[in-house]
Amino acid sequence: MATLDEIRQVFFVECDEQLETLTDGLGELHPEADAGEVSETINAMFRAVHSIKGGAASFGLDALTSFAHAFESVLDDLRLGHISVSSELVREFYRASDHLADLVTGGGTGAETDEAILNQMISSILAMGIDKSNEPDSSEMSPESFGFQPIMLDFPGVEPSEEAYQIKFSPTRALYDLGHEPVHLFRELASMGDLETEAILPELQENDGLMSWRLRLVTTAAPQELWDVFDFVGELAAISVDVEDANRSDPEPDPDGPPDSTSVDDNSVDKDEKPSTPEVSRKAPPQKTTLRVDLDLVDSLINLVGELVINQSVLAQSVAETQFSEATRIDQALEELKTLSRQIQEGVMNLRAQSVKPLFQRMARIVRETADIAGKNVILTTEGESTEVDRTVVEHLVDPLTHILRNSIDHGIEDAQTRKGRGKPLEGHLRLSAVHRSGRVFIDISDDGGGVNRERVLSKAVEKGLVSPDATLSPADIDRLLFTPGFSTAEAVTNLSGRGVGMDVVNREIQKLGGRISITSEPGAGTTISISLPLTLAVLDGMVVDVAGQTLVIPISAIVETIRPEEAKLSHVGPRSKMVNVRDVLIPIIELSDVFSFGNSNRPPTERVLLLVETENQALTAFAVDRIYDQRQVVIKSLENNYGRVPGIAAATILGDGKIALIVDPDEITSNPANSHDTSSVGVKKKALS
Amino acid sequence: MSGLKVLAIDDSRTMRDLLRATLEEAGFEVFTAEDGEVGVQTASTVSPDVIITDINMPRLDGFGVIETVRKREGSRRTPILVLSTESAGELKARARDGGATGWIVKPFDDAKLLAAIRRVAGA
Amino acid sequence: MNDSTDARHEHKRELIIFTVAEQSFCMDIMQVREIRGWTTVTVLPHAPGYVLGVVNLRGAVVPIVDLAARLGLPPLKPEARHVILVTQIADQVVGFFVTAVSDILSVPPSSIQPMPDMSGAETSEYIEGLIVVEDTTISILNAAAAAPAIALSGTA
Repeated sequence: MATLDEIRQVFFVECDEQLETLTDGLGELHPEADAGEVSETINAMFRAVHSIKGGAASFGLDALTSFAHAFESVLDDLRLGHISVSSELVREFYRASDHLADLVTGGGTGAETDEAILNQMISSILAMGIDKSNEPDSSEMSPESFGFQPIMLDFPGVEPSEEAYQIKFSPTRALYDLGHEPVHLFRELASMGDLETEAILPELQENDGLMSWRLRLVTTAAPQELWDVFDFVGELAAISVDVEDANRSDPEPDPDGPPDSTSVDDNSVDKDEKPSTPEVSRKAPPQKTTLRVDLDLVDSLINLVGELVINQSVLAQSVAETQFSEATRIDQALEELKTLSRQIQEGVMNLRAQSVKPLFQRMARIVRETADIAGKNVILTTEGESTEVDRTVVEHLVDPLTHILRNSIDHGIEDAQTRKGRGKPLEGHLRLSAVHRSGRVFIDISDDGGGVNRERVLSKAVEKGLVSPDATLSPADIDRLLFTPGFSTAEAVTNLSGRGVGMDVVNREIQKLGGRISITSEPGAGTTISISLPLTLAVLDGMVVDVAGQTLVIPISAIVETIRPEEAKLSHVGPRSKMVNVRDVLIPIIELSDVFSFGNSNRPPTERVLLLVETENQALTAFAVDRIYDQRQVVIKSLENNYGRVPGIAAATILGDGKIALIVDPDEITSNPANSHDTSSVGVKKKALS
Repeated sequence: MSGLKVLAIDDSRTMRDLLRATLEEAGFEVFTAEDGEVGVQTASTVSPDVIITDINMPRLDGFGVIETVRKREGSRRTPILVLSTESAGELKARARDGGATGWIVKPFDDAKLLAAIRRVAGA
Repeated sequence: MNDSTDARHEHKRELIIFTVAEQSFCMDIMQVREIRGWTTVTVLPHAPGYVLGVVNLRGAVVPIVDLAARLGLPPLKPEARHVILVTQIADQVVGFFVTAVSDILSVPPSSIQPMPDMSGAETSEYIEGLIVVEDTTISILNAAAAAPAIALSGTA
């Protein structure tokens, strides 16, 4: 283990590196420089000075700390766009960085530096920034931030006396969401004295139905020390700490009773969970007139609007069920409310949309790096960079795309020698494209490499027992084997170095996003991998239907047409399989009630409805349902957080009456041979090819 | 102590070394990462019991770390402490809004750091 | 992060007592997040028999386990007076459908007896120990074992 002295050595070495970064940055800083281009330079300079300050403070190097602090605050102003680059500023920065270097060389203590000179240097650099002298607590030099705690002075000779405290602790849901566990807090309290805990069962629906606790702690510790334990959860729980009063006739402590409450202002319970000031601009300075808003705020807004839409339908439903004399006026107002809620929802959803450009830029870097390592010359072209997708989708695409691209470079694109022999251009070509089509976004990655090595894929699949040795597979079937679970052994896509790890992991990640992946390959000419994804993970236009008494939602994007079958157009094929004749095309019928084992429909066939769905393989299928209730936008809720995946179901949603309805996954249902060819084998799981 | 796994993410080597010295002394198993991106990768491979992260870092900042960790299966409720030079008042609001479990001011006091870990992860 | 082991270090362990099909069970109170009345569930296709379905818990989709069925006891016919114990098990929120919640008991860890080896008994894998209160034996539920395992793969 490193001793403090050794770490101090490391600190000075690091200081030299930071000073170098600072000087490099200064070289790029001039008034004509493009603001966008130098923003990363300024950030790096800021971090360099910031690191020096942090380390210096840890070793108690006061002069270095206070000068670095002043320098940092001006760099921060520049970083946030409060001041701009001028030749005067750059001159001052050079002077400051020289002084910083002197302080580091001098051991950071400022021993060699006259205090007057230091103060003068500090005011000189501070003069370049915006005036902060009026801001309360703008100084980070407060004793608190240096780890010095205000000390409670005991009067000499007086033993700290033991007190009994009554503590009431009622956590909110947010407390658990941020990773807190009450038991850890209680254990910390127990270390201070004698603790009794008593859990209080919530009355149904009270305090959001959450548990709360009543604690009794007998301790010599000061009340402040008790509050320190709750420091992190002060605004995430209702907390009261009261000194037990022996003289009081009422032994029950008043949970909210302020008379002898020892609550300290700073920690007083703030019932308002969200602070009123939204966090703006905490990352890079904006390059155009945009407002940076904390993503959490957007997400909570989306959730609230989702609830609003649900609430609006609950209201509409109850109005419809009640006989009002002025029904038309109410209906009209409700109709307007519905339109408004819908517009708000769409507007809020758009806040989350993000172009794929940063993602593609990141991929360009990965292609460069991977090509370098592989010693191959690869040219990447991108298309559709401005295509917008939900932010979460973009984030979750990083790992899968990285993997696909690395695969293409490592295994797809041949080395220059081979390419020459095959009469191809020496440099390999990769194409990354994004496009919106029918409510989804399609991302294609194609290379002009050697194509899938089918012989090797097949032998590996046989070796792994995924395919029987005598199976006859079409080339496309073999390519798809790459996606079969178990084809590779890697657990997660993030664990990979890019080699030897299979596409089945990528497939799983894409599926988790509600997406699909497919592959086409031509030996010697290249491979294209296509990913199709929902535009947003949050809402979906759906048709709400009844299937044997259960309510299901079918994504509108999959539905081509709804038809009421006339008996004459239905034909039976085999014992249970049925087809419908639509304009002279025979289309297979899938009974959703069979797929989900919901039991039999109680409606005569002629009163039922067929939904013609088009799935990824372009084939048409008819889903038989009992009736259509409604067509509406639904908020998508994950089933996987608390339960897991359900075959044939993409997600869940909450309907107007507050009940959950399941959202059907048409692609998965039609791609499952058990559903389309042999409807009698209900619920048979999709088997690996065998 | 408990041998809990702690992941410390900070772009300053000095700070990483200081954290490692204090935490190893206290009996933790310590992992470090030099920026947010490496941090979230390390988090997914070592599944730490507590994450301590700096805020201002290249490539991915501390809030980005929190966001990524909170979204990932299996680590949604991992306690995350942010480490920053900001004064306690502003840090508190920023940390909580960013999804952090707790916060520590830098330079840190050994006893306070360990107490903070105990309050969020038991230790 | 495991509450039940953590709590053993406390001088007392708090258990919430509930009944399922006339039998008394309990679980660590630190696992219980809230208690709710019975509401209609949405049936999940292909779910194991002990999963009644899912309910909407303030916007989250939460599976409900019929504890009677899970423990191999006669199934419970849902009625309004029955309750759902909402528990947090690591990252997963699961509701356990039980007949009623009766009490909270604070016991020293030493009074907890291990489950006697009853190979073949259906319930034993979900029980982590026993306590005797007055003349009644109460089984301590291993909520983590009784919760449905999260299946991520579509083909699983």
